[in-house]
Amino acid sequence: MTQTLQLGRVGEVVERLDSPPKVKGEFAYSSDLQAPNMLWGHTLRSPHSHARIVSVDISAAVTMPGVHAVLTHDDVPGDKTYGLEFPDQPVLAIDRVLYYGEPVALVAAEHPEQARRAAEKIVVVYEPLDAVADMERALESPDLHPQKPTRGHGYFEDERPNVVRHLAIKHGDIDAAGDVSVSGYYEIGSQDQAFLGPESGLAVPDGEGGVDIYVATQWLHVDRAQVAPCLGIPLSQVRIHLAGVGGAFGGREDLSMQIHGALLALHTNRPVKFVYNREESFTGHVHRHPARIWCEHRATRDGKLVNVRMRILLDGGAYASSSTAVASNAASFAVGPYEVPNALIESTAVYTNNPPCGAMRGFGAVQTCFASEAQMDKLAKALDIDPVELRLLNALKPGDVLPTGQAITGSMPVAECIRAAAALEPPADEELPRDPIRLPGGAGNTTNGEGVRRGVGFAVGYKNIAYSEGFDDYCAARVRLFPDGSAEVHCAAAEVGQGVSGVILQVARTELGTADVRLAPGQTATVDSAGSASASRMTWMASGAVRDACRAALEERERRPDEEIDVEKIYRHPRTTPLDPETGQITGDRAHVAFATCAMKVVAEVDVDLGLTRVVWIGAAQDIGKAINPQQVEGQIEGGTAQGLGLALMEEIQTRGGLITNASFTDYLIPTTLDMPPVESVLIEDPEPDAPYGAKGVGEPPTVVSTAAVAAALRAATGLDLARVPVRPDDIALS
Amino acid sequence: MRITVRINGEEHQADCWEGESLLFALREKLGFPGAKNACEQGECGSCSVLLDGTLVCACLVLAAQADGHDVTTVEGLAQGDELHPVQQAFVEAGAVQCGFCTPGLIVATHDLLKRNADPSDNEIREALSGNLCRCTGYAKIFDAVHLAAERL
Repeated sequence: MTQTLQLGRVGEVVERLDSPPKVKGEFAYSSDLQAPNMLWGHTLRSPHSHARIVSVDISAAVTMPGVHAVLTHDDVPGDKTYGLEFPDQPVLAIDRVLYYGEPVALVAAEHPEQARRAAEKIVVVYEPLDAVADMERALESPDLHPQKPTRGHGYFEDERPNVVRHLAIKHGDIDAAGDVSVSGYYEIGSQDQAFLGPESGLAVPDGEGGVDIYVATQWLHVDRAQVAPCLGIPLSQVRIHLAGVGGAFGGREDLSMQIHGALLALHTNRPVKFVYNREESFTGHVHRHPARIWCEHRATRDGKLVNVRMRILLDGGAYASSSTAVASNAASFAVGPYEVPNALIESTAVYTNNPPCGAMRGFGAVQTCFASEAQMDKLAKALDIDPVELRLLNALKPGDVLPTGQAITGSMPVAECIRAAAALEPPADEELPRDPIRLPGGAGNTTNGEGVRRGVGFAVGYKNIAYSEGFDDYCAARVRLFPDGSAEVHCAAAEVGQGVSGVILQVARTELGTADVRLAPGQTATVDSAGSASASRMTWMASGAVRDACRAALEERERRPDEEIDVEKIYRHPRTTPLDPETGQITGDRAHVAFATCAMKVVAEVDVDLGLTRVVWIGAAQDIGKAINPQQVEGQIEGGTAQGLGLALMEEIQTRGGLITNASFTDYLIPTTLDMPPVESVLIEDPEPDAPYGAKGVGEPPTVVSTAAVAAALRAATGLDLARVPVRPDDIALS
Repeated sequence: MRITVRINGEEHQADCWEGESLLFALREKLGFPGAKNACEQGECGSCSVLLDGTLVCACLVLAAQADGHDVTTVEGLAQGDELHPVQQAFVEAGAVQCGFCTPGLIVATHDLLKRNADPSDNEIREALSGNLCRCTGYAKIFDAVHLAAERL
């Protein structure tokens, strides 16, 4: 065995280059930026979830101390609306507001408090309208978007009001009967990404009509594509730079301050900084779709699934964002990683006057995993089969066909994940008495242990890697080789904390055979698009682009050995095609590129008297293809698991008539050190044939499954159905 | 008003509006952006600093209250390029992802290990329960605290 010099190549544990500046407090996040002569921007937002705007009077605001600009929709020089996929959202409200917190006007002032106080002086007269606040009633309420912005994109033409997208997957004999049938209705609350770094950024005018925007985002080039038309200037005059990103989880796919900052900067000809506070952040980004799911699972007496029928309703909130894709993903992964010969899966996303929903880690698969895994446990009980055995009996494997008709050609080690997770041994039951911190209720010291029941839950979840349904999904990378042997990589892949910068460097070192590689700052002006840091795609896509660019650069150096080499390459994954709008079946070989699975075992304790819970231990086995950096992979599994645990136990955006009532970390709780148990993870390395180095993405599968797995453990401890997450103490104690 | 604060051993002055928090003054006026602005209401610990040696959320302290006092921020822990053992442990353990919570956790861990050189798992969990992290699930943060405790 030869041991080569540790360069930090693919497969090694490599310390992140951004860790030292981050631990020293020197890493520049988007909210840390400053520029000489800088102003502060502030956004006036709607206090109503649905209202007509009668008038806006800014005259008192413009005369307030320190104020340099007050802007309304009249001041948007280009397109008045924008959107990640459909331009249905006004830059600033025009004649109506459709959600609580919708931006109405902007202020720039010398001090942030001056900007806030001036915004209070803007007089907006609203005529409040009835809010469409219930996702089922939305289908019978007046259309919030009568022009139907998602029409004409190849989706099923649904005539019902307020449909963003309706998709029905009809597979096999949709009426096929089994020997047994179990039914259930499930609800999932709306989750917030709750990244710790609030929306923020700095817009700097270049003095020639253009602007540089330094912002925390997930996709630089798609930001630019939305910003420039609204400013009415060419793409080349908008340069987006990646500022330090304090977490993303889908919540930075849509724009926040980008256009607003640029408008104020160009208007005042001064740099303008925006920093949302936490309350504003809750209205400043899209959320995870709340969902209602009706299911029926039919199976043979020996446990083989025969037919799954599901109806999925997703509340998309006021604007389209990525709801069309979320609705599709929810349907595609609805039955879980199981072979299902017959299925009818209907998925509908609707507009309401609730907070807009879009991308969040797991992207539709989280909601359906919670429902379908509860169904699998019900089925196991009805058949008196061990829940793990039932899952193994139905586990998808290469060659099987998905409900969309797509045959699995790549890696699909579902059974391996199930066996590995099932084999993990949880710690022994802790004896009483114990430190209260190790009991449900924790430091609240609410029990001596009487009434505490222990339960073990198991669940499996999966989803797609990368963009689907015919999206032209690509990533560019540029490599420069210098005569001194050093190299520089340019890639606009957003480092959002997930570690893609390290992946890029590991790939470059591996391909170039040198440790002397640096990664240039991410920006739009020096390299083509990397696509989004979303859909667990960035490792795969950036690896492919950087690998190809490195190899091309080395070839070029063969031809021109003494010169500086500069090569840019574009990488694309295997092509996908849309789903048929009538049948939900594939129209080519595949609608999704590849899949990743995570199986999870959870031990939880429940104080059945008080309804308080404590997750004791989590074991996970995840299908990752290949670990580029095993330590970072573990970190993704642990962190992704925590977010799913949060949805299972505590996280929900509460609304009343569309108004958010818990927009703070006092009222919206996320897991703390006292909530998170140890997570033991097993990495299943079954290389993906189409992926560079065989590496799949790792970010989402643990989040997809952990909500379902934690809920299963609570059910095992209590014997209750617990068909809604987050599970509230009342759901247990008062049942 | 003008305030004078001794930050990481050196005196600094700033002109502040009376309503400004110590966090805002540190970040925007005094050149110490290490303390982070995640919730600005004392729930997340991202802005943890030591005020006269006591761990506080800088967002809950008025800048004016810090006038004439000592503040230690995350920027004051490393000796030049040499990381503080707590910082080094966070790097090695892989406890840093997006890193927005990291400065607060570093200061809180430093404070914990000053008071308790060999904390138990329960003591670590309780001591750091006011520091939210959204990325890591805390596992590698616990590893880092144990590693730092072994070395200090």
